[in-house]
Amino acid sequence: MSSSSCLSDLEQGAFAVIGSIPSGDASMTRLRELGLLPGTRIQLIRRAPLGDPIEISVRGSLISIRKKEADLIKINLS
Amino acid sequence: MPDKSSEDSNTPSSKSSEGMIFALVGNPNCGKTTLFNTLTGLKQKVGNYPGVTVERKEGECFLTHGEKVRIIDLPGAYSLNARSPDEAVLRDVLLGRRKDTPKPERVIIVLDASNLERHLYLTTQILELGIPCILALNMMDVARERDLVIDFQALSESFGGIPVIPMEASKRKGITELKQSMAQAEMPTSEFRVPFPEEIKSGLKSSWNALKTSGVLVNEGSLLEPLYLLSDHDPTHYGIKNKQMDAIHDCQNKLANQFPGWEDKLVAARYDAIHDITQKAIRRPDEIESTFTDKLDAVFLHPVWGWAALLLILGLLFGLIFKVADGPMGWIESLFAWAGDWVTGRMNEGDLRDLIVDGVIAGVGGVVIFLPQILILFFFIGMMEDTGYMARIAFMMDRLMSRVGLNGKSFLPLLSSHACAVPGVMATRTIDNPKDRLITILVSPLAGCSARLPVYLLMIAVLVPSDEIPILTKVFFLLLMYGLGIGGAFFFAWVFHKRLLKGDGAPMILELPAYKKPAFTAVLWHVWERTRIFVRRAGTVILGISILLWFAVTYPKSDNPDPSVAMEYSLAGKVGKMIEPVIQPMGYDWKIGIGLIASFAAREVFVSTMSIIYSVEESEGIEPLRDRLRSERKADGTPVYTARVCLSLMVFYVFAMQCLSTVAVVKRETNGWKWPLFQIAYMTITACVGALLVYQIGGMLGYS
Repeated sequence: MSSSSCLSDLEQGAFAVIGSIPSGDASMTRLRELGLLPGTRIQLIRRAPLGDPIEISVRGSLISIRKKEADLIKINLS
Repeated sequence: MPDKSSEDSNTPSSKSSEGMIFALVGNPNCGKTTLFNTLTGLKQKVGNYPGVTVERKEGECFLTHGEKVRIIDLPGAYSLNARSPDEAVLRDVLLGRRKDTPKPERVIIVLDASNLERHLYLTTQILELGIPCILALNMMDVARERDLVIDFQALSESFGGIPVIPMEASKRKGITELKQSMAQAEMPTSEFRVPFPEEIKSGLKSSWNALKTSGVLVNEGSLLEPLYLLSDHDPTHYGIKNKQMDAIHDCQNKLANQFPGWEDKLVAARYDAIHDITQKAIRRPDEIESTFTDKLDAVFLHPVWGWAALLLILGLLFGLIFKVADGPMGWIESLFAWAGDWVTGRMNEGDLRDLIVDGVIAGVGGVVIFLPQILILFFFIGMMEDTGYMARIAFMMDRLMSRVGLNGKSFLPLLSSHACAVPGVMATRTIDNPKDRLITILVSPLAGCSARLPVYLLMIAVLVPSDEIPILTKVFFLLLMYGLGIGGAFFFAWVFHKRLLKGDGAPMILELPAYKKPAFTAVLWHVWERTRIFVRRAGTVILGISILLWFAVTYPKSDNPDPSVAMEYSLAGKVGKMIEPVIQPMGYDWKIGIGLIASFAAREVFVSTMSIIYSVEESEGIEPLRDRLRSERKADGTPVYTARVCLSLMVFYVFAMQCLSTVAVVKRETNGWKWPLFQIAYMTITACVGALLVYQIGGMLGYS
């Protein structure tokens, strides 16, 4: 069973596969360079104590991004 | 060969052009700086790249058989598609685009072996530039802990047989092997290339033609230079003329229209190629165990324990600053007092003696006294950066800081500024977004630094004498002033974010590096470097201004031996009287005017100046001066230092810049006089308006 939603909706500790990420945007390109590509498996490690930003694990590194950007990244739950 | 045509004779590189030039390159947090320190020992020169505030480090290293080589530590970067001034410098040096730095002949790429996939991204970009490279696989211990098995042979073969050296730079493991590899006369150049998709290749070729015509390219025949110039969306490019910038924008638009998302396609192609390599060269464990970092983060980023830990650590920091620094500050004070007495005893009475004792020694002493605090702050900031905790603070505070348009990385500089704005401003280097960094620098001096404390304490003492009113009232006023400073900093950050500075809303992307044991020597070296820069920069400015101020309060001389009369007669006294009409609406007389002028270089000087003006011995503590101020009367017999005057003065010191050390550091960190002058202007205007409002509204409310 799989459903589609965005990265910011992911629950703490849950895994997902990136479905799509906006293209042609310089800052989103940087996220791609850090390894967030369509098809990449990621885990939401935690939300910051104040609720934003979120911490994700991608390709062995821990990266923090804000909800605003995470809203734009679509994921597939597996 | 080293670039002998290097034009800037001040850069360290042109002084000794012997020795092969190696560049150290890598992602942030790959242990590059530790390796640089190990290779060069303390033989390094630290400065700025001309035109930008990016740290330039160069050092010497002797290889196994005594061959001398030069090593440039290039700024940490994630990609040659630059997104920050640091990354732009890396790109420009590696492409040979910077006149001040010769193009490196060889590159040592430092990788975090426990995170190879991500680190191979930058690595493969650099291999394509055609410079002979050595791969230094650092942090092998972490990789082993995570049960990663790396096939060095396979990795080397993937890149055409280039040297691959496993290392643990923090434990000096692998250094000998690296040096042997560096000493090799011949080194293979990797033929590794990530193929361009055909249509993008044709697009880049036509861009190449246009850019070549504009004269912006320095390399022949490579598509990589146009690629990396076009993928940088920052409008400030080093060494590029406006016309050439137009050509770049032109090409950028064309490419974006013809091939939407072309950069993203290149990223995907590169990660595909990297995937093929890691399949061959790395074996990962089936199950991932929770790491040391995971366990620590479970506490440090916990919704409850995280705050407790943060409060504890910051409490410890400020406890150290205000308690531990107290002793050394006292010693420094006595040392300068002794030096003053020593000179007084050795020299004949006269202006020269006064200049040395009251101008030079007192002026420099007034700045040096803050060194213990500054050292402790530098040390703590260095430790937090080195261990990885700094990124956690940014993660926790980001939400709060984003309210005023800043990001979490601005928190620590702002907080540090509550002890002293000098290390606060210098710590803004960790903020990679230039707009956020500038805003943080601009508002940092609003935080209630420790030089304001003597002024606040004196004014509160005059306002609420301790024998009449409970101590809590005093604490209330003190906290009110600190709150006003914080509120002011946030307010102006918000204003600058909204109105003053244009800039793309670059998203906050923060890497949370694995925790590691701090490298003490490296941190101490860092503290030493920072302190040296501060003392040299601020020291010279402070010395000059101290001498000028001394002249202002000394000349022209009066025949009257009473120092307070002499001061009235001096230039400062005349200026104080001249500005009296201007400061009168704020509630000040010309004597306070002298205090404001004299404390322009350093806030705490206000107290000593008032002591001189009212002929009160300062050494007897705050009480005599307090009583003297309380008894001061205007011509009509009403007191000068009423409640609203005291409050007005405190508000003035909350907002006024009044600190030349900070001005000197801001000038260095913003690369010119524009921003420090703007800062003096906006802070002084706010201070005057704030003081005016307090005094006038206080009057309307019926306070005397």
